[in-house]
Amino acid sequence: MLLDIFIQAGFWAALIRIGTTYLFGTLGELLCERAGVLNLGIEGIMTLGAMAGWMYAFEGGSLWGAVACAFVVGAVAGLVHSIFTVMLGVSQHVSGIGMTLLCSSLSYYAFRLLLPTSTTPPKIEPFAPLIIPWLSDIPVIGPALFAQTPLTYLAFATLVIVIYVLYRTPLGLAVRMVGENPAAADSQGIPVYAVRTGAVMVGSGLMAIGGAFLTISHFDAFYFGMINGRGWICLALVIFASWRPGKAFWGVLLFAGVEAFQLRAKQVTGGIPYQFYLMLPYVISIIALIVWSKNAAYPQALLKPYRSTER
Amino acid sequence: MRSNKDRPQGGAVPIALKMTGITKRFGALVASDQVSLELGEGEILSLFGENGAGKTTLMNILFGHYTADAGNIEVFSKPLVGGNTKAALDAGIGMVHQHFALGENLTVLENICLGNEPLWSLRFGGVRLADKARQIAQRCGFEVDLDRPVHTLSIGEKQRVEIVKALYRDAKILVLDEPTAVLTPQEAEGLFEVLRHLSTEGLAVIFISHKLKEIMAVSDRICVLRHGRVVLEVTRAEADPDEIAKAMVGQELKPAVRTRLEPGSTLLSLEAVAKKVDQGALGLQEASFTLREREILGITGVSGNGQQELGDILNGITKPDSGHIDWSALNTAGGDGDQLRRDGVARIPADRHAEGVISGMTVWENVISHSLGKFSKNGLLSFDSAQEHSQQLCTSYDVRYDSLHAEVQQLSGGNIQKLILARELSDQPRVIIAVQPTRGLDVGAVDAVHRRLLEMREKGAGVLLITEDLDELFALSDQIAVIYKGKLSPFYSAERLTLKNIGRMMSGFEIATPA
Amino acid sequence: MLAGGLAAAFALSSVLIVWADAGVWEAYGLIFKGALASRFGITETLARSTPLIMTGLAAAIAFRAKLWNIGGEGQFYMGTLMATWLGTGFLTLPSYLLVPTLILAGALAGGLALLLPTLLKARYKVDEVVTTLLLNFVIILFVSFLLEGPLKDPVSLGWPQASPIVDNGVLPLLIAKTRLHSGFVVALCLAVGLWVLVSRTKLGYEIRAVGHSPQAAGFAGINTRATLIKTALLSGGVAGIAGVCEVTGLKGYLTLDISPGFGYTGIAVAMLGLLHPLGVVVSAIFISTIFVGTDSMSRTLNIPTYLADVIVALAILFVLVSVLLTRYRIVTR
Repeated sequence: MLLDIFIQAGFWAALIRIGTTYLFGTLGELLCERAGVLNLGIEGIMTLGAMAGWMYAFEGGSLWGAVACAFVVGAVAGLVHSIFTVMLGVSQHVSGIGMTLLCSSLSYYAFRLLLPTSTTPPKIEPFAPLIIPWLSDIPVIGPALFAQTPLTYLAFATLVIVIYVLYRTPLGLAVRMVGENPAAADSQGIPVYAVRTGAVMVGSGLMAIGGAFLTISHFDAFYFGMINGRGWICLALVIFASWRPGKAFWGVLLFAGVEAFQLRAKQVTGGIPYQFYLMLPYVISIIALIVWSKNAAYPQALLKPYRSTER
Repeated sequence: MRSNKDRPQGGAVPIALKMTGITKRFGALVASDQVSLELGEGEILSLFGENGAGKTTLMNILFGHYTADAGNIEVFSKPLVGGNTKAALDAGIGMVHQHFALGENLTVLENICLGNEPLWSLRFGGVRLADKARQIAQRCGFEVDLDRPVHTLSIGEKQRVEIVKALYRDAKILVLDEPTAVLTPQEAEGLFEVLRHLSTEGLAVIFISHKLKEIMAVSDRICVLRHGRVVLEVTRAEADPDEIAKAMVGQELKPAVRTRLEPGSTLLSLEAVAKKVDQGALGLQEASFTLREREILGITGVSGNGQQELGDILNGITKPDSGHIDWSALNTAGGDGDQLRRDGVARIPADRHAEGVISGMTVWENVISHSLGKFSKNGLLSFDSAQEHSQQLCTSYDVRYDSLHAEVQQLSGGNIQKLILARELSDQPRVIIAVQPTRGLDVGAVDAVHRRLLEMREKGAGVLLITEDLDELFALSDQIAVIYKGKLSPFYSAERLTLKNIGRMMSGFEIATPA
Repeated sequence: MLAGGLAAAFALSSVLIVWADAGVWEAYGLIFKGALASRFGITETLARSTPLIMTGLAAAIAFRAKLWNIGGEGQFYMGTLMATWLGTGFLTLPSYLLVPTLILAGALAGGLALLLPTLLKARYKVDEVVTTLLLNFVIILFVSFLLEGPLKDPVSLGWPQASPIVDNGVLPLLIAKTRLHSGFVVALCLAVGLWVLVSRTKLGYEIRAVGHSPQAAGFAGINTRATLIKTALLSGGVAGIAGVCEVTGLKGYLTLDISPGFGYTGIAVAMLGLLHPLGVVVSAIFISTIFVGTDSMSRTLNIPTYLADVIVALAILFVLVSVLLTRYRIVTR
């Protein structure tokens, strides 16, 4: 019965769909952390992206405009976080928590202000699936991989770009070095603050697109509390992936799989209360952290503010 | 040694670097006071002086880490913009820092190539870069797989990566800040070889050191700094070691005297104490020795050969995997650090900032940090007596501070070390475990530490000294052993050992037992 | 400096008020009037501050040891669960025994909820930020399950809520006909107690030492692992007591929405109180003033109540910076 789930095309399609948000969020967080900046603002920045993207589309903008809007808003939030952590050297934990608080409350405030009295949440016309001819006819993996919305394809493209940039370009090397040993980067003429800030901004922009995916592609409306811990799961995924984008991809698939499974399993089986299925992704995240944390090769300068010796 | 090298006479050498009137103040301290110096192409200039004399400050100004308050720098007759690392790099200045500036999880090649291409370029130069790096590595006599992650290299290899890194950027002027501090005498000799070779190719080298023998071995010219000022400048040919040493300290310093004492009864003995360590480190192989009253046992070795593990085990930070430590003379079972201290073991840790004091807490809180039990009653701390005690100790150990309530990291390194000594030695310990007790301290502070340790020895304590400073080793120790790849050699009487013996042992050679 | 930070937060928040087409002075006036100008407002503010003081203390004590406990929300719910389980008829004790029992049991439950992530941190280096955060969701889902199953009040019809706390388990009101209950006194006592603990005791010294430098603390003979565990029990315990007081003092029965994020806001409270137990009291009252006042202001001016959260978030960020600048000035003096 339960195993039947795994041969349903719908399960695999849902897995990829659910995974899209996680992929954006995890890649975003990974970029920040590779540059040495923990971004606990992720939960709020995803909320902000979800709200801003949706609102842009609701006010008549194009869907791609909405994606751009989410990215820009996220990047601005990232800029604020890096002003605090990179330039001023405030504790990254504290600033991140403050950012989550700020971004989510700002999102809710703006949403309430612009749409004061709607009992049923208004809807937009979300991204339609972009069905790739022939390929999408392959059984099971066809619909899963080739009948998704454009944002999902964008997420895959982003993964490839992040891997390429991080490991194959001078910029990526600079990002890794500022997260590893900023003093070394500095002494070789790399502008540490600029690289860190840039990485945090782009990373935060990606997180925001991850949030926007929920409101303009996966669903069609913005709800309060809709991110619901997804950002925190991305944090766990980054650790799980040992800060490597390729590994992060498999982690995302695994967790999206757990979630897609949980959605279906609770319909199939009676008896077990649905709350326990909902717990699954969180519980499995914790277990994964326990198993993989001990040997994690974390960026050596993570959490450490860099001050150039200039006085 | 290199007198046969041809060298153009007089002003014929093109000037690579000219610094004039460099002045830098930190608050009331003048770290660099009107310093002027010149460096010719292909010349090796040594900057000599004790810690805090302004050598590193001067080089940081040259490299753009600091901006000078006054003065000019010209590189190959072109003015250098101050406070800009990139400008310094572009002008052809390369620097090898005391602490390596390497990304441990990145490969050798990545470390070398970083910052050589426009950040926005879409791809690495790949093969082209690797070829150039390989060529330069060869010139430096450095054979290592460029794709190895840096954390798998030895200290000496890491230092070569730093030099290759600088040359890769076409450095014409290479600055090395205390490069031999982490090397064995033999490795250091290898480094000098490379530097001499590179200087014949036209590289100008600034060599920073506080070891007289080294600068006599490697330099063409020697410049002595004291309190931020140039106090002496001589060519090596006309250099007189005594004059240089005197110029460095300002006055003749009488070294602390170690009187001959007959060791007493056994305080502590180790039997086959071993510790395995995860990847990379070497751990400690079955070490056995005894420490007696009124003696100082010195252990040395190149950093990372197991002395850290030995120190940690004796300090109660880690537990050995096997073997036995007999503390019975102290009536203690060993165990955790707190217990050890109460039973008469004083511990001076290697990293005084990270282990010795709790940064962020106050001076007085740090003085009592190892005797919380003594100053608390039913869990409540007695502030008055703790503060009074702290003040007394600080006075008698000459710890200088603004306020007992200032955060401890605001003290200078020497004062922090004196605070640690005050805390550890005030309870009349019977065993003292001192790991690198004077690293990075200025001459005055070093002398104070040495005197304290010798004083404790005279009072009957046994001291286990783990140090990488060979002068200190010989100044203090009665018996000396060398640790290499986790294996501790037998202890030899200090009088029968020479620096050369020690050097060979540090590189893993057995020596004929000096009878 | 601190006042400067707060002023900057208010100044920036006023942009949002202007966006809502309202008068800035009028809005801020109404906020403070609503929270502080009437007997009702003041008691309501203090009632609201009660759980915040405690969740704030929980965060502050943990953060002192650099134990990043973001799980106050889950620990709070563990406290409410304990109070509900033991206080709805399971125990029949006189009031003077039942109330302390519930409080201790809640503290124990909250402490245990933080113990697991702390052990994982100490033993396996698992990042406690993520584990405490994720545990919040697990615990709340567990509460949801209990409220729809074993703990569901049979007379509550469709609503997932628990049976009411028995009379002997209810915390008495401080002022009749208000919502201000004696949990506020409990919170103040905890604040004073923790202040003494942090600044005057051996354990407090150890907690601070471990927070500043675990390595040096270990070298000094402080058992860092044991200290972290004690800190976890204290921190989670205080958050659990917050849950107990909210159920037994204010609401009377457990529902899933009993906390509008007290655990999370507690982190804000702790930061704004600069991790000082007495500072936490001030900052909790300040934050609940903003919350209660904004509630009342928004009814008049039709500005979304989320303004309060924005003000609080900005206040944290700006106060942090102002503290940093003050310190920086001292160091580079």
